[in-house]
Amino acid sequence: MKINHNLAVSESGFLFNPGSGESFTVNPIGAEIIAMLRSGKSRAEIIDSITQLYQVDRNSFEKDLQDFNGILKTYNLLEKDE
Amino acid sequence: MEKKHYERPHIVRLDAGMPSKAGIRSEQLPTTHIDGIAVTELIEKYGSPLFVLSEKTIRSVYQKAYKAFSTRYPKVQFAWSYKTNYLSAVCNIFHQEGSWAEVVSGFEYEKAIGNGVDPKKIIFNGPAKTWDELVLATENSSLIHIDHLDELYMLIEVAETTSQKPRVAIRVNMDTGIYPMWDRFGFNYENGQAWDALNKIMHSGKLELMGLHTHIGTFIMSANAYAVAASKLAELARSLQQKFNHQLKYIDLGGGFASKNTLKGSYLPGSDTNPSFNEYAEAISSALINSHFTPGELPLLILETGRALIDEAGYILSTVIANKRMSTGRRATIIDAGVSLLFTSFWYQHQVSVAQGTSQYREDTSLYGPLCMNIDCIRESINLPLLNVNDHVVIHQTGAYNLTQWMQFIHLRPNVVLIDEKGEVHIVREKEKLSDVNGPELLPEHLAKIN
Repeated sequence: MKINHNLAVSESGFLFNPGSGESFTVNPIGAEIIAMLRSGKSRAEIIDSITQLYQVDRNSFEKDLQDFNGILKTYNLLEKDE
Repeated sequence: MEKKHYERPHIVRLDAGMPSKAGIRSEQLPTTHIDGIAVTELIEKYGSPLFVLSEKTIRSVYQKAYKAFSTRYPKVQFAWSYKTNYLSAVCNIFHQEGSWAEVVSGFEYEKAIGNGVDPKKIIFNGPAKTWDELVLATENSSLIHIDHLDELYMLIEVAETTSQKPRVAIRVNMDTGIYPMWDRFGFNYENGQAWDALNKIMHSGKLELMGLHTHIGTFIMSANAYAVAASKLAELARSLQQKFNHQLKYIDLGGGFASKNTLKGSYLPGSDTNPSFNEYAEAISSALINSHFTPGELPLLILETGRALIDEAGYILSTVIANKRMSTGRRATIIDAGVSLLFTSFWYQHQVSVAQGTSQYREDTSLYGPLCMNIDCIRESINLPLLNVNDHVVIHQTGAYNLTQWMQFIHLRPNVVLIDEKGEVHIVREKEKLSDVNGPELLPEHLAKIN
């Protein structure tokens, strides 16, 4: 799960893909996950980090992360080998 | 350290499509309570999905409708359309408010009698009345609205066998300027069928002609269509007076008023575009008052509107079963209430709101029911907050037709509760059990065992 390194992400959750010219908005948790991906954190590290910080159990978050990964892929925001 | 509130991660692409002058509709406000009762509490106690009816809303909408007409016309009578919602609790609220009963089958007729309605205050409409039903309605002095010539001739025969003279009206269909024109029920005005039928009734001497009835259609968005209908019925009444010196007791404009629901394909919400009771009342009352009737001769105005009186009082509470993505990345959410409970989702864009607070993030969602059938879609596209499994949603304005046209299909039907004016909750129809479905079944002996 490697995010496209060219993306521009603002603190307020605005995301721009210079490769396609597309813009996106993400919610705070989504932005946090993208920041972790950009800093090279693994899937397991992201799960540990979010479940420690937020009121969510591991299984529920894993499910949501998988869904989020899927939509990042649909929007072509992940590296091609993903 | 206390953990922070969790919301699932969400990303949405910003599309610069064609701007809409109406903006994007978004269901922003949660519906946490209905008549002061928490949605979560109702679901915990009575299960999910759950039909909820508000007695307070039923009564206030009825009173608003009655006031709209009674302040404009001297003699007004509503007759509750049983087919719209024939739960006895609902019918009896309307009867307590003063409504007569309008029924369209022997089954509904029996139900009205069972609810304690004075048979003289039952209007028997519909295209399929049997000999026995006509005999019963005649002996009870109910008002029989004749739909076709076969029924008219049968009723003349019935009249020869009964002690009472049948009290009748004919159903008249006509061009009121709306499309499609409903000409399936009754006798046509323009081609003279209606006048022929009236002549037959008057010449037979066997029937007591009480009134004229029309049902111009359903979800009529133009109040003026009713003005046209009222004028045409008034013309027929004048012809009867001139030819037979017969004065009619009532004119029945039927039903068909639009509720505040939004039809599929509409640009603006129904609450903004559909005519109000005042607009319908103004059109109908003006047409009758401006017709040939002298003030003393004005007939009783009967209205059989159903949908517009009950839609607003009904809610379906439902629970999120799952979230998923379609192949395109589109969000889909599955809830436990489907089209088998919400028949009207085939033609309305029902308002759906969440029952708990949410952040400002919304996603375009397809909302599906729990049936293993492709058609089970409550909303093809709706902007909803980020829902989680076990969250609750409230589907609004479901009071009309769903509790009569629903079906037991794949799942058993749920509880129906009524919140009374004091905030007490009553189960008015219990959820179904397997025995309710299996009960009427009979198993041939050779099929009793499978091995």
